[in-house]
Amino acid sequence: MYQYVLKRLLLLFPTLLGAAVLVFFLMRLIPGDVCELRMAGTGAYFDKEALKICQDELGLNRPILVQFWEFIRGYATFNFGDSMYTGRPIVEEIVLRFQLSLQVAIMATITAILIAIPLGTISAIKQNTWIDYGVRAFSIAGIAMPSFWLGILIILGLLITTKSWFGAAWMPPIQYRPLWEDPVYNLTMLIWPAVATGYRYSAVATRMTRSAMLEVLREDYVRTARAKGLLEKIIIRRHALKNSLLPVVTVIGIEFAFLMGGLVVTEQVFNLNGLGKLFVESVTNFDYNMTQALVMLVVAVFVLTNFVVDVLYGWLDPRIHYR
Amino acid sequence: MATLLEVDNLQTQFLTSAGIVKAVDGISYDVEEGETVAIVGESGCGKSVGALSIMRLIPWPPGRIIGGAVRFQGKDLVKLSDAEMRHVRGKEIGMVFQEPMTSLNPVLTIGLQITETVRHHLGVTQEEADKRAIELLGLVGISEPERRLKQYPHHLSGGMRQRVMIALALSCEPKLIIADEPTTALDVTIQAQILELMKGLTRRLGVALIVITHNLGVVARYADRVNVMYAGKIVERGRAHDIYHRPSHPYTLALLKSVPRMDQPRKAKLDPVEGQPPDLTRLDEGCSFRPRCRFKVEHCEREFPPLNSVAPGHVAACFETARVVRLEKVAS
Ligand SMILES: Nc1ncnc2c1ncn2[C@@H]1O[C@H](COP(=O)(O)OP(=O)(O)O)[C@@H](O)[C@H]1O
Ligand code: SF4
Ligand SMILES: [Mg+2]
Repeated sequence: MYQYVLKRLLLLFPTLLGAAVLVFFLMRLIPGDVCELRMAGTGAYFDKEALKICQDELGLNRPILVQFWEFIRGYATFNFGDSMYTGRPIVEEIVLRFQLSLQVAIMATITAILIAIPLGTISAIKQNTWIDYGVRAFSIAGIAMPSFWLGILIILGLLITTKSWFGAAWMPPIQYRPLWEDPVYNLTMLIWPAVATGYRYSAVATRMTRSAMLEVLREDYVRTARAKGLLEKIIIRRHALKNSLLPVVTVIGIEFAFLMGGLVVTEQVFNLNGLGKLFVESVTNFDYNMTQALVMLVVAVFVLTNFVVDVLYGWLDPRIHYR
Repeated sequence: MATLLEVDNLQTQFLTSAGIVKAVDGISYDVEEGETVAIVGESGCGKSVGALSIMRLIPWPPGRIIGGAVRFQGKDLVKLSDAEMRHVRGKEIGMVFQEPMTSLNPVLTIGLQITETVRHHLGVTQEEADKRAIELLGLVGISEPERRLKQYPHHLSGGMRQRVMIALALSCEPKLIIADEPTTALDVTIQAQILELMKGLTRRLGVALIVITHNLGVVARYADRVNVMYAGKIVERGRAHDIYHRPSHPYTLALLKSVPRMDQPRKAKLDPVEGQPPDLTRLDEGCSFRPRCRFKVEHCEREFPPLNSVAPGHVAACFETARVVRLEKVAS
């Protein structure tokens, strides 16, 4: 098991290196750079000399392989550099936003699990009853409805209900404060985007739980459990649920990793300063350093999430061995 | 001996897109206390459905018991509530299934799968249940039972798993065990071991056994009485010895020709039963074996033959029983 963990962690490095190569060279394929953007972006006249000074300062004029080597060497020594756009250290720029995005992703995942597993299970048990139809409609709505739209609905709903109940319209706070500094403030801010994304996210997981559960309920060992005279709720909880969670865990893992960098629109709707927004900004600003850092971060999260999923697999299914 | 189980005109059907499948079409038989009764027939003739119907484990949809009674120790299981039925399953009647590889839950330990049953029905503590499980595993001939409790099904071979299933079936001291082709999925060498084990244990513990098989050879050695099933109906019944030596239904005769016999010279050739079993959605009022029958006469088309006595305790559902028996006499 320890060996397995070690092996998985070592695998992280070639994966990161591959990602590094891709993002580094792809970014530089796009014509233009941060200096040109800054000076020529307005369309006004600009000094060629000034442009060169700017590029020299940021090291953009050095041979590309040297730049790449610097990039890799920096990461190997935990020196992630500065943002090319704001000039502030990358770590400083990312830390708070990472916290926010991670927290939204975790809360959305919890929301999704809390919705998906009970609903998917009930839907399977009550297959082809109105409960099943209800659950399926609910989850199809989750897939069909863009989460930004749901986000807007939630905000409008909050405004309207607080206005009519308390007399004053209330909006969730906008300035991020970490959970441990001010939990109530933090949660009242992030619960809404978490619910908006968690609902959509739950839709896929609900359908997965339902179909896995339906399949498991037809298995011979469930018939054996029935032949033993066990109560139906024990058969579901003990015999069927654990077996049907395997595919669900995979879906949840993939979605979780995706949420870490992919919540661009939802962040926009709720006015959150998260990784998604930073990602878009860094690409449009030609902020190579920032884009690289974000890609590496998301890749690391992907790999680690996969690792956690694998460990969960082993816990759910004793037939799986780690080697 | 008193009658333990009385299956009375049991009918179970499946609603499918192809029509109504009359999987079990009015079967009646009984089982005495401590007796071993075999149900024999080709694959698809309704043996499993008949067994699952006794336990009320037919999944609805698509299947349903539509008529008849299953009297077990005097009470009709078909009429019990779900809660009452749960007290019968696993407690009064144990079941062993055909597929040892899939009948145990892969993600739960052997120990848990036995003790949960014991605790549920007998209301004992975990320690007492563990003790019982160890005792049971020893009883079915599994080595190092204590260690096995913590193992998962994939650690055991098919034969071992079937032993675990037998331990499970015996765990709450049932009156009856239903074994649905318990050895069909196993290696030939292991088949005999498992059958011996079941025979020995049920005799010793005084448990009645319904053993379902498609192999008449098995029957002769292990059963007291035999019911031969064809297309959802019982077509012949008698003591195992009588069925084996004086088959009175053309189908039983054909089945016997399809298995190697110890009491006849090796060279006698084996004939699989010719033709296909009928489509259970399209049965007419005549004898369902007719398309495959060497003995059929015109009357066989008009009426399904009732079970008639051919000897004391021996009945067969065929109009031409006399000719079948005579032909057998000539042959042997
Ligand atoms: N779940 C089901 N749905 C539809 N038909 C079924 C189902 N289970 C069994 N049957 C039908 O019932 C008949 C008897 O099946 P079964 O009792 O399993 O045969 P066997 O004698 O081999 O055990 C078969 O024709 C089969 O097609
Ligand atoms: S009743 Fe007729 S068709 Fe049916 S088994 Fe007897 S002889 Fe054959
Ligand atoms: Mg069967």
